[in-house]
Amino acid sequence: MIASATVVNRLAFRDAVGFPSITLLASMTGFGSLVHESDLPFPMAIAATVGIWGLPGQLTLVEMHVANLSAFFVILGVALANARFLPMVVSFMPLMNEAGFKSRWDFALVQMLSINSWAAGLKRFPEIEKRFRRRYYIVFAVICMSAGTLGTVIGYFGVGLMPRPIALGLIFMNPLFFAVLLAGVQSRPSMIALVVGAPLGLVFHLVAPDLDLLLTGVVGGTLAFLLNKRLNLR
Amino acid sequence: MTESSTIALALLTCGAIAGTYIWRGIGVMFAARIKSDGPVFQWVTFVSYAMLGGLIARMVILPIGPLMETPLLFRALAFVIGVGVFFVAGKRVLPAVFIGVASFILLVSYF
Repeated sequence: MIASATVVNRLAFRDAVGFPSITLLASMTGFGSLVHESDLPFPMAIAATVGIWGLPGQLTLVEMHVANLSAFFVILGVALANARFLPMVVSFMPLMNEAGFKSRWDFALVQMLSINSWAAGLKRFPEIEKRFRRRYYIVFAVICMSAGTLGTVIGYFGVGLMPRPIALGLIFMNPLFFAVLLAGVQSRPSMIALVVGAPLGLVFHLVAPDLDLLLTGVVGGTLAFLLNKRLNLR
Repeated sequence: MTESSTIALALLTCGAIAGTYIWRGIGVMFAARIKSDGPVFQWVTFVSYAMLGGLIARMVILPIGPLMETPLLFRALAFVIGVGVFFVAGKRVLPAVFIGVASFILLVSYF
């Protein structure tokens, strides 16, 4: 069991620098360039990265806004795209904090939770003594968030300086990154929902472009929910 | 950009941030008491993933914005290559994205 602040700092640093940081740097570079190419201002790119801190929700914000949807539907869409944070936080907090521990800081710390820090915490926490787990999470998450913010800046300002094919490649990186990250989620329910949602997204986009994503979510999600129930009963 | 549209955009971004934070905040408040695997939350998770599946398909096949100037065939091909590499190369994210994006850039540059 690890019970030393220095060792925990070093462990969190080592875990964060590497795959999580590079992934975030690259994916947020794609996001930054998308914001720039959608003619939206730089503060919005940074606010979305730091404030939403989840690529699916950030892409939903930009895509739905550019599609000219009313603010209400854009916000609803972003909120739905990020619903996964609830189960993530619920499973994460009791592992990080000592039993019965309550702190207002949790409401601030939770903002930095993303799939990377969640997965790293779940993996490492069992090796770390409980009172040092918050330290691990903070060091890890701060490094990740810095990498993501840096990526957003590079993407936003870099895209204009690049040859057109590379700039287009950066924008294309968004859906690809997104697909690969989600394909890595090893659970049948999420796979069913993704596969059901994909064709519906196209159909609804052609039939009802204003509400395409929300309709896809509600109709596709309900279908997938029922389908999964059926498969479970077998 | 006019002043009113800047304000509208700022409000929209704040709304989106708040709409995301709600989930995190509720999670902290009820961490010990909530059953996140109950049917309602399960349904919300399905809705969220179906929406994301739809968004990916739309961004690749019917994009809005700069990708419209590229042919559908290039986007579809590069996407299949990227996702294909992901599954063939042991579910490694970075090589998959790198090779997928590189194929897209090559296709756009030389064809």
